[in-house]
Amino acid sequence: MKHASIVKIKLIFSFATVFAVAAGCSAVEDNPDEGVSSGASAGTLSGVLAGGGASSQTAAQEAWRAGFQAANLDVTVDYDPTGSGTGRTNFADGGYAFAGTDAPFTAAEAAGSFATCASGSGLVEIPAYISPIAVAFNLDGVDSLRLDAVVIADIFAGRLTSWNDPAIAALNPGANLPDTAITPVHRSDKSGTTENFTDYLVQTAPTAWTFAAAEAWPAELKGEAAEKTQGVRQTIAATAGAIGYLDASQASGLGTAELKVGDGYVAYSPEAAAAAVGKSSLEAGRAAFDVVVDIDRTLSDGDVYPLVLVSYLVACERYADPAAGSLAKAYLEYVISAEGQQAAAEHAGSAPITADPALAPKAAAAVAAIA
Amino acid sequence: MSLTTDRLEMGPVAGSASAHSGTALADPSAPLSGVPYAGLPDPGLPAPRPRIGLATRRSRRDRLAELAAQKTAAGAGWAIVVILAGVLVFLLVQGWPALAAGADDLPAHASDFWTLAGPLAFGSLWASALALSLAAPIAIAVALAITQYAPRRLRTALGGAIDLLAAVPSVVYGLWGLMTVAPLLARVYPWLTAHLGWLPFFAGQPSASGRTILTAAIILALMVVPIMAAVCREVFVRAPASSAEAAYALGATRWETIRLAVLPFARSGIISGAMLGLGRALGETMAVAMVLSPTPFLVTFHLVESSNPNTVAAFIAQTFPEAHGLETSALIALGLILFALTFAVNAAARRVAARAAGK
Repeated sequence: MKHASIVKIKLIFSFATVFAVAAGCSAVEDNPDEGVSSGASAGTLSGVLAGGGASSQTAAQEAWRAGFQAANLDVTVDYDPTGSGTGRTNFADGGYAFAGTDAPFTAAEAAGSFATCASGSGLVEIPAYISPIAVAFNLDGVDSLRLDAVVIADIFAGRLTSWNDPAIAALNPGANLPDTAITPVHRSDKSGTTENFTDYLVQTAPTAWTFAAAEAWPAELKGEAAEKTQGVRQTIAATAGAIGYLDASQASGLGTAELKVGDGYVAYSPEAAAAAVGKSSLEAGRAAFDVVVDIDRTLSDGDVYPLVLVSYLVACERYADPAAGSLAKAYLEYVISAEGQQAAAEHAGSAPITADPALAPKAAAAVAAIA
Repeated sequence: MSLTTDRLEMGPVAGSASAHSGTALADPSAPLSGVPYAGLPDPGLPAPRPRIGLATRRSRRDRLAELAAQKTAAGAGWAIVVILAGVLVFLLVQGWPALAAGADDLPAHASDFWTLAGPLAFGSLWASALALSLAAPIAIAVALAITQYAPRRLRTALGGAIDLLAAVPSVVYGLWGLMTVAPLLARVYPWLTAHLGWLPFFAGQPSASGRTILTAAIILALMVVPIMAAVCREVFVRAPASSAEAAYALGATRWETIRLAVLPFARSGIISGAMLGLGRALGETMAVAMVLSPTPFLVTFHLVESSNPNTVAAFIAQTFPEAHGLETSALIALGLILFALTFAVNAAARRVAARAAGK
């Protein structure tokens, strides 16, 4: 409510400025059109757009905010990386005008009501941030390894304990594998990265990986735990024989694994990650603008990297506060534009959704539906 | 407001004000003064009450200053009690719902609250006890070195250096522990396991990263040492010089003098210092959260494995950013557990210190 009234006041002021500029121009140059148009491009949008949620999007949101605010000087976009769950709750309670989340609302939740939205409004969810997850390791003299899902599951479940285990050697003929002990590193905090990693193991190695896909690492498994992406990175970098999973943009300098896909092996890349999302089908039973991807990690195409994280942006079709609606629409338009996706790719190492011809139009249509 | 009128109305007001604030101060001052420096000699006799006869000749400004000082002191004393009670009420009200919560609502999908809280409370106590057992001998030795052995000029410098250790933010200790200490200790741990593995503490597969509870305890010990050393220093300095001179006169060596004349006098002060340090270790969050590799629900006395029990404070800090609903309640209830633990430790310490002082 407070936000809304501030936005309205700011709008009134900015229109007043536009007219004042227009009047000034017409007096001097006798050309009112010029004054209005230049004033309008900087003045139609103003106010504060409050959002928050998934911490995986933090770097991308920084790039998007910078790009969007540079084009709209009177707009402030806030993104509070409180975590997906809190983001969804705050959006449903009306605290955020948009939310970022690694796990979309369930179909049943999406059909419910949201305090942010006008009553009867549908929900808009778009996959805005796609990022490959790297399986990274620290092994003297080895920069790249080939691993399949079963071996990865066995390593992280603690069944493979030495790097020269025959199961690993069989996938890497010719590699000089030392007898160093394997130290698998997982996230100690809840994380979308963990959920997508465990989901990959559940889908591709169901017999070797008997745990559920979840944001929290299975409590039954002991082993090395580290906080946040940086903690995992630091622990792998400092520990000989360590292996872990982390956002691929943070894996530079570490050895990374090529994953077995079909009969070949695929290294992570933005294109291969976007392809994994693009070739997966949309989740059935969703409303038209609730674009949720059901990632199929068992695809056997040679250009697909199945260990990928998709993070969503959530908005309303119609907002309880129209001013917030027009801000959210403009911001999301920028986010899914080629420019916005490129900014995120450069800043956060994500895979542009615009690289995928199937997904981008669906996301654009969903954003266009915001009133 | 002339001086004459001031003098006229002086007497009765000053008297009643001091009487009133005297009763107000009595309650909060008792628990406040007793805790940390229980071993110290009494700093002095209670301040003499203003004499009414004199007060009649004082200016109004003097009387106001007196009143302000009394009220401020009393207010500060009461504020502590009120804030403490407020925190307790907050923890109780906000944390209560979690006690009845089930697996779907609790952090780490714990089956009930106590399954979650038990191992964490164990982790806090275990890490703090380890830290204290490492820190206490060092702190006492440092304090002895400064007060008894070091040349006079070096004492100030050494004391300053120790105090500086206390000023280092815990996040810096955490970074240093994570990036320097843990990798160094990772080279020592396999040796410990190989040679002392028959002790249950060093059994198991040694951590290759060094991010174990022993590493965390060593970092905690470094944070406890300056606090404990400062308190010990104070009590060692206050050891009666006559006793020490008597010991020397009887032909005692310096160490014998310390044993006979300094340590017995300082015993309750040492215990108070240790408990202050223990409080610091129990509540320490950042350094542990950064250094330790935690496993939920784990209770183990193994010191050098990758899987370690987490501490209450670190768990709250790690889980809170993404907690909502009953998870938040559970974290607040965990805060209540930590509150109770610290309170119990302080109460026990006060009793031990009082007994030591009575001997």
